[in-house]
Amino acid sequence: MTEVPPKLRILKGAEPDLSAATYQIHDESHTIGNSLRWMLMKNVPHPSENHIHLRIQMYDNLSSLEALLEALENLGNLCDTVENAYKQSLSTDSYERWDERS
Amino acid sequence: MMSSELPQSLLNSRRHVGVHAERVSDVWSTEYPGHYPDEDHSWDMEKFKEVRYKLHVPCNLQVKVQRLSQRSIEFDLVGVDASIANAFRRIIIAEVPTIAIEHVYVWNNTSVIHDEVLAHRIGLVPLSADPSTLDFRTPTGFGATPNDRNTLVFRLQATCERAPKGSGKEYINDEVKSGDLVWVPQGEQEEVFANNPPGPTNKDIVLAKLRPGQEIDMELHAIKGVGKEHAKWSPVATASYRLHPLILLNPQKPVPTHLAKKFAGCFSPGVVQVDADGEISIDLHGMRKDSVSREVLRHEEFQGCVELKRVRDWFIFNVESEGPYAPERLLPEAVKVMREKVASIRAAAQALLADADGDIPGEPKGKGVDVDVEMGDS
Repeated sequence: MTEVPPKLRILKGAEPDLSAATYQIHDESHTIGNSLRWMLMKNVPHPSENHIHLRIQMYDNLSSLEALLEALENLGNLCDTVENAYKQSLSTDSYERWDERS
Repeated sequence: MMSSELPQSLLNSRRHVGVHAERVSDVWSTEYPGHYPDEDHSWDMEKFKEVRYKLHVPCNLQVKVQRLSQRSIEFDLVGVDASIANAFRRIIIAEVPTIAIEHVYVWNNTSVIHDEVLAHRIGLVPLSADPSTLDFRTPTGFGATPNDRNTLVFRLQATCERAPKGSGKEYINDEVKSGDLVWVPQGEQEEVFANNPPGPTNKDIVLAKLRPGQEIDMELHAIKGVGKEHAKWSPVATASYRLHPLILLNPQKPVPTHLAKKFAGCFSPGVVQVDADGEISIDLHGMRKDSVSREVLRHEEFQGCVELKRVRDWFIFNVESEGPYAPERLLPEAVKVMREKVASIRAAAQALLADADGDIPGEPKGKGVDVDVEMGDS
């Protein structure tokens, strides 16, 4: 079978200390790309291939890989919080219930 | 209504997207670290959570279900960036899995509708089977072949005949409908699906029309998939959001009372209230209904009376389920998919970090560094 590309790889042109690097995430799109960009900022192209490139440039030679890991952790926490808030609203809030026919 | 009657947090101009006659302004959020002197906008989980159940506090998460039916849900997601709201929307449409018919074996088809057209129509029929009960087909290995853990089998058999005289109708089986799909349990499926046998969510979808002597006989295999591969696996008819509209009246230039009716007519029904004296009022509940048609900006006499805005971080979601999920289950499913994405990238990043400690990335020979890809190509 064809070889499956790695989920995440660092593209050519990265700084040796990873203070600036472009990451290619395989089989992902703007769904996670833009969320990660926002989380990292707290600029992505439109690829026709099923991977996305994420460019991270750091100040003070800090590691972009560590920044990426931190952003991923924050995104995970954000997901939990959104889900909890949604479930809380669904179970305790009063909202309009209506009958919709197919 | 005076603008001052709105909750203070909604008057924060940083949350406003301007809606003008022929353009929009301030589309992007500016609340990043380093943008405003002496303000810290770095990510703060505690701050994000803090007051999430209190209404209209800026920069904090708030989720509120507004309307719910058997088929659709409307909820507000306040206090997140567009990238997050958009990720959830995209995942609901394209990455929450469902089960749909993928392989069609045509034993006989003498109807006027071609095999491939009929197969396509059958593929689009939404099925009620709970996707969590099946595995995905895998490209290789045991999961690559159909078995009772990854495939549901249906039969579709119909022969059209002339109805007996006096029966009140001309034909029998002249319309083949989704309700004619017959589930054929395989292996352990009879037990697994005992309480909820798989079938179409709507039994009245016409698949083909027959005339006497014509016949359809097919075996159909349904598998699990996601909407990004084919829309038939999308669990929703639509999942969309819009930003909450804001209509800010200018207290310095009230709308002339004799023009109140005309002013109200510039907005969607129920947005603007006009009392007996021709005094105008708009509350938040009314603003929500507005389509932001910008009609009011076309009239000279209302110039300066009103400003149209949208709240940049107030997303009004509308999700219409069209498959196995109850509408209120879709957001939690999307969050689950998002979390799985984050986890898989995280695992890869951690592996890369471990890798990078021993190797110098950026060098063409380095592990994990791709030599074929040039920077800046994309």
